[in-house]
Amino acid sequence: MKLDTSGLESFPSLISHGNDVAGEISAPPSFELPNSNNFDGFLKEAIQMVKPAKGTTTLAFIFKEGVMVAADSRASMGGYISSQSVKKIIEINPYMLGTMAGGAADCQFWHRNLGIKCRLHELANKRRISVTGASKLLANILYSYRGMGLSVGTMIAGWDETGPGLYYVDSEGGRLKGTRFSVGSGSPYAYGVLDSGYKYDMSIEEASELARRAIYHATFRDGASGGVASVYYVGPTGWKKLSGDDVGELHYHYNPVTPSTIEQEMVEAAAT
Amino acid sequence: MTKQQANWSPYDNNGGSCVAIAGSDYCVIAADTRMSTGYNILTRDYSKISHLAEKCVMASSGFQADVKALQKVLSARHLTYQHQHNKQMSCPAMAQLLSNTLYYKRFFPYYSFNVLGGLDSEGKGCVFTYDAVGSYERVGYSSQGSGSTLIMPFLDNQLKSPSPLLLPAQDAVTPLSETEAVDLVKTVFASATERDIYTGDKVEIVILNASGIHREFMDLRKD
Repeated sequence: MKLDTSGLESFPSLISHGNDVAGEISAPPSFELPNSNNFDGFLKEAIQMVKPAKGTTTLAFIFKEGVMVAADSRASMGGYISSQSVKKIIEINPYMLGTMAGGAADCQFWHRNLGIKCRLHELANKRRISVTGASKLLANILYSYRGMGLSVGTMIAGWDETGPGLYYVDSEGGRLKGTRFSVGSGSPYAYGVLDSGYKYDMSIEEASELARRAIYHATFRDGASGGVASVYYVGPTGWKKLSGDDVGELHYHYNPVTPSTIEQEMVEAAAT
Repeated sequence: MTKQQANWSPYDNNGGSCVAIAGSDYCVIAADTRMSTGYNILTRDYSKISHLAEKCVMASSGFQADVKALQKVLSARHLTYQHQHNKQMSCPAMAQLLSNTLYYKRFFPYYSFNVLGGLDSEGKGCVFTYDAVGSYERVGYSSQGSGSTLIMPFLDNQLKSPSPLLLPAQDAVTPLSETEAVDLVKTVFASATERDIYTGDKVEIVILNASGIHREFMDLRKD
């Protein structure tokens, strides 16, 4: 089948242009191609770079009472589960939390470093650092290591003078302010539950239950997420851990096993 | 013009497995003594265990040259600490030091898979497990190295303790006695030796408790 490429042809110029610049503007768009030997391999690698490959589920959202932060606790190395009890919610200081997704060592080290910088800020300025400031500190550090292979997909959640704050920061140098985030391979599943159940005017109990459910559903469907679903709440007096439940047990909590009625029927049949 | 690739690697894997189990008032750290490269055995008598501080012992498998360098760095840092603070480093403090030491070589890592075992300031057993770039976690038991995928499921079956992340919190140390834990370690290495070519020859077992440090060896299959 001969493809119709008429759309790709350049428009015949009505006025002859002696000037090169004008000629370039009216020419059809050309896509730069990589000069590599292995064009298909290059494209595959490029797609891999764009695809987030962080095996985890973390989420955080702002609601009327503050910020709710939740995460699973599974660490995987390829197909092997290296740990089921990883602390993915990192306590930067008593009023700020960070979540871990991506490289465990990268997240642990840089969150600890951020905690140190926040404390130094407090000592130098006689006041607590804002969530905006803390997330900017982290984002700037990660940006300076951009391209060197760090893998960090974190959310900084806290309560400062302006109220609850939530930022998403990643190792590509991105920093986004928002009210609802989920990061990791299980995030699509968590978003489904979170977005459909979210209301700004929730109580703390409703919000923590929503967060727990979202993590549970993500661990159910995503192989790289599992272990213990931890839920933290950040309020005006700081953060507090609300729950830590094994997702295997949560499954039977949400899907209780009822005794089957078949045995009852057989007993009745024998009696008659 | 394609990027030039190196024709040699600075790393090698000398194989081996290590295990550590924390008890209520003791800690057992063990590693096999085989050092290999490829299909060859370099020696049957190599200790992968290093006594970093009075109540802190590290076992490492992976690339033993990097392990030796790491042990030297940590001993030197511990000596400095003793001069500055006039006391031994506690096990949790050494655990953090090891994590930072590993991360400082984030872009040219120590190819070393470590378990740190010892007694915390309350005299309870503690085990810390690491990846090659320094992420660490306090656990009740752990194994690293070539036999870890064989050993870990067995330890999970025998020792699985409630996760430290659960709320309300539940204790993570194993209810086993010291002799039971040592027997378990011997069993675990005997099994790993059967199915992992890099594990064997001898297992060196170090037991840390209130009365000090005790070391024993057990022969394993040499094939």
